[in-house]
Amino acid sequence: MARQPSPARVLTTTVAAWIVGFLIFFPILWMVLTSFKTELEAFSTPPSFLFFHWTTENYAAVQGRSDYVHHAINSIVIAGGSTLIAMLIAIPAAWSMAFAPSPRTRDILLWMLSTKMMPPVGVLVPIYLIYRNFGLLDSRVGLVAVLCLGNLPIVVWMLFTYFKEIPKDILEAARMDGATIGKELVYVLTPMAVPGIASTLLLNFILAWNEAFWTLNLSTSQAAPLTVFIASYSSPEGLFWAKLSAASTLAIAPILVLGWFSQRQLVRGLTFGAVK
Amino acid sequence: MGRITLEGVRKSFASHLIIQGADLDIEDGSFVVFVGPSGCGKTTLLRLIAGLEDVSDGRILIDGANVVGVPPSKRGLSMVFQSYALYPHMSVRGNIAFGLKMAGLPKSEIDRKVEAAAATLNLTPYLDRKPRELSGGQRQRVAIGRAIVREPKAFLFDEPLSNLDAALRVQMRLEVTRLQRQLATTAVYVTHDQVEAMTMADRIVVLNAGRIEQYGSPLELYERPANVFVAGFIGSPRMNFIGNESAKRYGAATIGVRPEHIKASRDGEGWEGVVTDAEHLGSDTFLHVDIAGIGNLTARSIGEIGLSAGDRAHLLPDPAHIHRFDADGKALHA
Ligand SMILES: Nc1ncnc2c1ncn2[C@@H]1O[C@H](COP(=O)(O)OP(=O)(O)O)[C@@H](O)[C@H]1O
Ligand SMILES: [Mg+2]
Repeated sequence: MARQPSPARVLTTTVAAWIVGFLIFFPILWMVLTSFKTELEAFSTPPSFLFFHWTTENYAAVQGRSDYVHHAINSIVIAGGSTLIAMLIAIPAAWSMAFAPSPRTRDILLWMLSTKMMPPVGVLVPIYLIYRNFGLLDSRVGLVAVLCLGNLPIVVWMLFTYFKEIPKDILEAARMDGATIGKELVYVLTPMAVPGIASTLLLNFILAWNEAFWTLNLSTSQAAPLTVFIASYSSPEGLFWAKLSAASTLAIAPILVLGWFSQRQLVRGLTFGAVK
Repeated sequence: MGRITLEGVRKSFASHLIIQGADLDIEDGSFVVFVGPSGCGKTTLLRLIAGLEDVSDGRILIDGANVVGVPPSKRGLSMVFQSYALYPHMSVRGNIAFGLKMAGLPKSEIDRKVEAAAATLNLTPYLDRKPRELSGGQRQRVAIGRAIVREPKAFLFDEPLSNLDAALRVQMRLEVTRLQRQLATTAVYVTHDQVEAMTMADRIVVLNAGRIEQYGSPLELYERPANVFVAGFIGSPRMNFIGNESAKRYGAATIGVRPEHIKASRDGEGWEGVVTDAEHLGSDTFLHVDIAGIGNLTARSIGEIGLSAGDRAHLLPDPAHIHRFDADGKALHA
């Protein structure tokens, strides 16, 4: 039995948690506030916190200069597509590694993870050339492919750790019950792994949504997702803090909303299932 | 039909030979128990029959057909796991119906069979519960329900009662044997508990370190153990072994006498010694007696015979029940 913590202790931890939470959240709050200021107020010293002239002109300007919806749709297609394809490849891969391991499985898993340690810029030139020659530059297909491959090691690893927690007996029971491997995957493993699959899906979607290196380097307009849209506001033309903030707010809004509604799965995903 | 034949079955994991050549013929409809100490390969042998492990060598025949290489889903056997291995995301109904669903039976027939199985196992009130909402005994029943509903060629049980408390274990032991007799389906049952083996089996396979030591009916094993291992493993309390001059008089390297075949008395005939421990159960008395030149022997007497620790006692073995073994531990028959 866990002992009831004392009220004073509850109070201190609550206050501390709120302070830490506020500190982490502050930059985002500041960005949102800045997006409602005029450019002049945006870099006034001392900065005004709440008592400034609220305006939505930045949002109008951002929408007037570039097409938010176009970029948002690209983000959804690229993040969603790369996530779904990665899941389709990773579920059977993680299944075989968790339940039918070969003597090399451990090495393969480590090798896959090691590819994430390499700086992406190291392969930028070859990938750029390949993309150019195959006409994949600034195409959604190209970005889906590169993000899918880039996240695949993490997706396989996460699913592998979830699948490992499923007792082997239950899958064997399904086999004894006459299930083929396909049916075993569909009717037994996948439903049992739903929480793990959901958190993997979410985390991967967010990683793909926020991915900036490949999207910035391999797309310009046609396939450009929101990351490119934000970046276009920190240009040599000068720093437009308020407009940059408005663009950034627009870009992260969908993912913030998604994250807010899926906190529980996300925590599970980020802790690799350590929290039940 | 469900006749299972093993011919020269071997299994190694890496370089360890775990099953060292098993030959066995399990008759259709019989209840065969694999018994042996922990780690002797009982589960492995059962899993080889199930197809959950591949044999390294030899053949396994089900109704005359070689099933080596046939996946478990196609062997027509069902298995009850030690951990029950119920599908946690399905209701009791879903668990029992799963095998029938996989076989592609029509829904009405599935429902009928599931309800019949549930009625047999007193599970009807729980059909819509999830496994986590059931007690250990009820989970055990669901696992059995899942096995019987498919009308398999044979049931495979891996220590199915080991997670139940003692009272429930005795009750389920009876229920499982009754059910098996009623269905007349071959059963292969693994246990490390020789009492379970003796009470449930038509025939027992005694395994030791991956080898079949003896295959026979419970009484055969009790009355004519093939070797020292079987003699010591079957029967409780354990058989007494005497291996010196006294054995030579019987023309053997070792002789064995079961505690129930030794008559203990305060001043009668036989070996004389001192009682080191006396266990009074009311119905029986177990005496542990130290005898000079022979060792510590256990004797079992019916009722209370008024001997306790420290007393002098005489032990007289029944000559008709002395087992003789050669230097390799093999039984010698007159
Ligand atoms: N998958 C496996 N890999 C390696 N060794 C195994 C495996 N399964 C069982 N063994 C070994 O085989 C021996 C017999 O195991 P098992 O059949 O489970 O014994 P029992 O059921 O009689 O207790 C043990 O020594 C065990 O360590
Ligand atoms: Mg076992």
